[in-house]
Amino acid sequence: MVKLIKDPFKVANKKLKSRLIVGTGKYKNFSETARAIKASGADMVTVAVRRVNILDKKKPILTDYVNPKKIVYLPNTAGCFSSEEALRTLRLAREMGGWKLVKLEVLGDKKTLFPNMIETIKSTKILVKEGFKVMVYCTDDPLLAKKLEDNGASAIMPLASPIGSGLGLQNKTNISLIIKQSKVPVIVDAGIGTASDATIAMELGCDGVLINSAIAQAKNPVLMAKAFKDAVTSGRNSYLAGRMKKNLLGSPSSPKKGLI
Amino acid sequence: MAKIQLNGKKITVKSNFSIFDLLKKLKLTNKKIAIEHNGIIIQKIKYKKKYLKNNDKLEIVHFIGGG
Repeated sequence: MVKLIKDPFKVANKKLKSRLIVGTGKYKNFSETARAIKASGADMVTVAVRRVNILDKKKPILTDYVNPKKIVYLPNTAGCFSSEEALRTLRLAREMGGWKLVKLEVLGDKKTLFPNMIETIKSTKILVKEGFKVMVYCTDDPLLAKKLEDNGASAIMPLASPIGSGLGLQNKTNISLIIKQSKVPVIVDAGIGTASDATIAMELGCDGVLINSAIAQAKNPVLMAKAFKDAVTSGRNSYLAGRMKKNLLGSPSSPKKGLI
Repeated sequence: MAKIQLNGKKITVKSNFSIFDLLKKLKLTNKKIAIEHNGIIIQKIKYKKKYLKNNDKLEIVHFIGGG
């Protein structure tokens, strides 16, 4: 039996069982969403705030399938392109049921969906002042990540590559620098394409990963959710175990002594 | 009668109609929602006291699937 190291994961004092956080967008239907969340083992999911459909009251809603009492809802400002929109969204989310732990995402460009870091920093300051615990989606620039932490961010969430691109971790060096300097959790958000990308992020020492498209857009989302669960656990264990040193030359695995 | 805008759509409600009355009509009283009335977030305890007037703008939002 392998002795596993005690390895608690906390964001803004909230204890989480899983280092994998999943999004709830882009699924075929709510039943698939619920099954994928279950298979992923995630106990925190991101959600968006939108208008209630007043014309079709019988249409199923997310809370019918994913119980906010059992799974932590992380309200997200996806789709907001200004500080004002993001603040409005999160204040409404808080009114909905006391959500203080939120994810801030202020986008700056419709094509790449890169975050507008000026608006993001501005919003972080205001939200922290209003008592929110803010997990912040950001670019992989270590200086700006530091700035967010200095302004009270509860977690730094640098992108691996553009949202929904599936291009995987493009700048390992920057992500490593951010991990090294941060005292709050670093959670890679956006751009992860497949399970091995998540393992790489975790092996670098990320505290967690947030996945939506890579699971929801897989041919079999529920199976991919399970793959990500294993990938994140694997990567984390690998990080904790500490990898071997890289050598330029070969080194035999079997002893030379007693060769026939 | 009052003509209001609800989630971007024009609707007409009876006079002396509160936000709570509207939620009852929409079967939303037990749902996790938040309301913005003319740009201001309304606390749940004030739903019964807030009456709708002509040209009011109301936004009712909830959580949906998202990344």
